[in-house]
Amino acid sequence: MKKFNLAVIASLLVLTVSPIMYSLNANAADKETVNTVATLRDHTPINVQKEPNAIPKVINKDIKQGRNYPMQPPVIPHTTRSYEVNKNNNKCMSCHSRHRTEKSQAPMVSVTHFMDRDGNFLAEVSPRRYFCNQCHVTQLDAEPLVENTFTDMHSLMKAKAKSKEH
Amino acid sequence: MKNILIIGWKTLSKPSGYYSLGALVIGGFIAGIIFWGGFNTALEVTNTEAFCISCHEMENNVYEEMKTTIHFSNRSGVRATCPDCHVPHAWTDKIARKMQASKEVWGMIFGTIDTREKFLAHRRGLAENEWRRLKANDSLECRNCHNFDYMDFTEQSERASYQHSTALADGEKTCIDCHKGIAHQLPDMKGVEGW
Repeated sequence: MKKFNLAVIASLLVLTVSPIMYSLNANAADKETVNTVATLRDHTPINVQKEPNAIPKVINKDIKQGRNYPMQPPVIPHTTRSYEVNKNNNKCMSCHSRHRTEKSQAPMVSVTHFMDRDGNFLAEVSPRRYFCNQCHVTQLDAEPLVENTFTDMHSLMKAKAKSKEH
Repeated sequence: MKNILIIGWKTLSKPSGYYSLGALVIGGFIAGIIFWGGFNTALEVTNTEAFCISCHEMENNVYEEMKTTIHFSNRSGVRATCPDCHVPHAWTDKIARKMQASKEVWGMIFGTIDTREKFLAHRRGLAENEWRRLKANDSLECRNCHNFDYMDFTEQSERASYQHSTALADGEKTCIDCHKGIAHQLPDMKGVEGW
């Protein structure tokens, strides 16, 4: 019986406290302090459907973009609309595979793509590196939604070397 | 049966004993218009998308796949329907293609591709038929809309204008050599040149 009473008290407590917690959370969101995802909706009220933004165009200039760090997978400088990459075929490889690059003048998939996870080189692109768009993506002609403060190692070392000089 | 044929032939081979020559000529002319018009109308009905996708094989496979492509939905709202790419526009070629297509009726009756699995199993062969046809007629159905003479290379991306002004311009390649799988999904492309 005592246990039952305790359970009732506990559930009552939860029932009374949770709305308070909820309103507290809601207040916090209003102050734009916690919920950063809300900025994607431009602070549209939760019960209102946001007017969608215009869809930006894919950059299709065929000009290589710089990499932000050495291991960054290079981004795709062209459109890839309806390029099939599946069990049957890989459209990317009709330009970027080893035996097609001479004709296409596209960069060849790097040798790391031929390695299995133990570092052995295979004759073909390794299955774990087959799906290009897992790492390589097209870029949109749009401003970043969130400011990026990433600084690469090179700039950090440069700054450090400069401070030592002084 | 034999008697009926003999009577029919005797009637046809004898001069008309009752109708005037004028009635026969004018009547024949009008009947000709009706038959010829009817034939062409029926032919045109089989040349519509609604007719093509009245078979579930076409509606559930190739038509569904096409919906996601640029030949179905695009900025200018011009879209290609099945016969635009799969049936020649010139009359004689069209009749020849329609005769070939009677095989598709056969396939429909006997359920050659009546499930998705069967369709996928046949896809390479079906695709090769179309590639062969377009290769043989220098991508005629593409060129019915995409006329090389009016292509503005400056409006194309660098890669596109390079390929079109070299390989396509000197006839080394035709549209279908590079633009495979633009309106439907591709089969297993093992061994296909360029893949």
